[in-house]
Amino acid sequence: MAGRVIRISERNGRFSERVKALSGEEIDLCFQCGGCSSACPMTSQMDLLPSKVMRLVQLGEEAVLKSRTPWICSTCFNCAARCPRGIDIANVMEALRQMLLRSKFDHLKLETVGREELREIPPIALISSLRKFTS
Amino acid sequence: MRFAYYPGCTLKTTARNYEDSALASARALGMELLELPRWNCCGTVHALAKDDVMHYLAPIRVLVRVEDMNREGILEGNYRLVTLCAMCYNTLKRANGVVKEDPDRMRKLHDIMEREQPYEGKVEVLHLLELLREMGFEKVAERVERPLRGLRVAPYYGCLLLRPRGFGIDNPDSPRVMEDLIRALGGEVVEFPYRARCCGSYHTVERKDIVAEAAYKILSQAREMGAEIVALACPLCSFNLSERQDEVEREFPGFRKIPVVYFTQLMALAFGLGEDVCGLDQNHVDPRPLLRSKSLI
Repeated sequence: MAGRVIRISERNGRFSERVKALSGEEIDLCFQCGGCSSACPMTSQMDLLPSKVMRLVQLGEEAVLKSRTPWICSTCFNCAARCPRGIDIANVMEALRQMLLRSKFDHLKLETVGREELREIPPIALISSLRKFTS
Repeated sequence: MRFAYYPGCTLKTTARNYEDSALASARALGMELLELPRWNCCGTVHALAKDDVMHYLAPIRVLVRVEDMNREGILEGNYRLVTLCAMCYNTLKRANGVVKEDPDRMRKLHDIMEREQPYEGKVEVLHLLELLREMGFEKVAERVERPLRGLRVAPYYGCLLLRPRGFGIDNPDSPRVMEDLIRALGGEVVEFPYRARCCGSYHTVERKDIVAEAAYKILSQAREMGAEIVALACPLCSFNLSERQDEVEREFPGFRKIPVVYFTQLMALAFGLGEDVCGLDQNHVDPRPLLRSKSLI
């Protein structure tokens, strides 16, 4: 997405509003300080930094839904604890996941996890990953 | 003193050693933790989407059970619910916080819940560590029979005992409740910067690599700071920081395994409740050689 020209239209506005409603967060308060990105322990696996995701959501850029970042987020709330604007970025990540999950998309396919593995993994891990990654 | 107690799924399966050592230690301190009758899964994660009603059902049903216990006279005017698992603690506490402030959501929930009494919003969700702090660590210290002398323990909090702000058991920037406990038990505290860093959580199901990297960073830093053992309070953190050490060892040459235990196991040990109660044989990285070398078992 780097270097692309973003044209703001009504459609962009609608996307932003939907993320705001689902997350309950005042996304426009973000002034791009990058605090969330420096606090996030998972950035090495992400294609977009959390602060960049915030910017794209402000701009209403729907392509942010193709990003790997919301699926790498482990909802540890470190970003929220650091945000000087009081935004809970983890809620925004959840909203982005939900937008896809609610279109019957599954990020996790249990059949790809081996039987031995499934026996070993604690129930708390299975339930939480199914809650986060399946529709 | 009697309290309602919510175990959750994992304390009954892969974290028996957490529950056994916690209940026995609480008893040794004069607290009786009464398991809720007919409890259900809390859902493990808080429903973050603002329009979500359905996922409040499970945690709120659990809270209704606490009010039931009082209605039935099992408890008398004690609406405090004690948890051990960090994820259950967070899920129940946050759901409780939301519905108390949101009568509309509560009404929708009551429309769905047919067999339960309506939730009156009386319950307070607590973690056992909060009860210990309230009791006073000097009281805990008085009960110690076998101090953890010379044991260098790194307390690990992970995420959900501390965050989000306002829903944790301690200051998310500088927690001290586990440190105070370990000192009360006679152990040496090793504070390390990664004590509140995420272990990788539910990624353990299909992205073991993410968890292995997180575990490597956390555990090798604890070692560097001089820790011999890590103490924690979450069965998922425990799995990721113990069982996943096998992956860490494979992926990061030079990594030295380190035992990881529940804080309650250290309590039971220091209270002299016996090795059986501690369940040390169930920990993936065996802590017994270390504890033997310190003459603690």
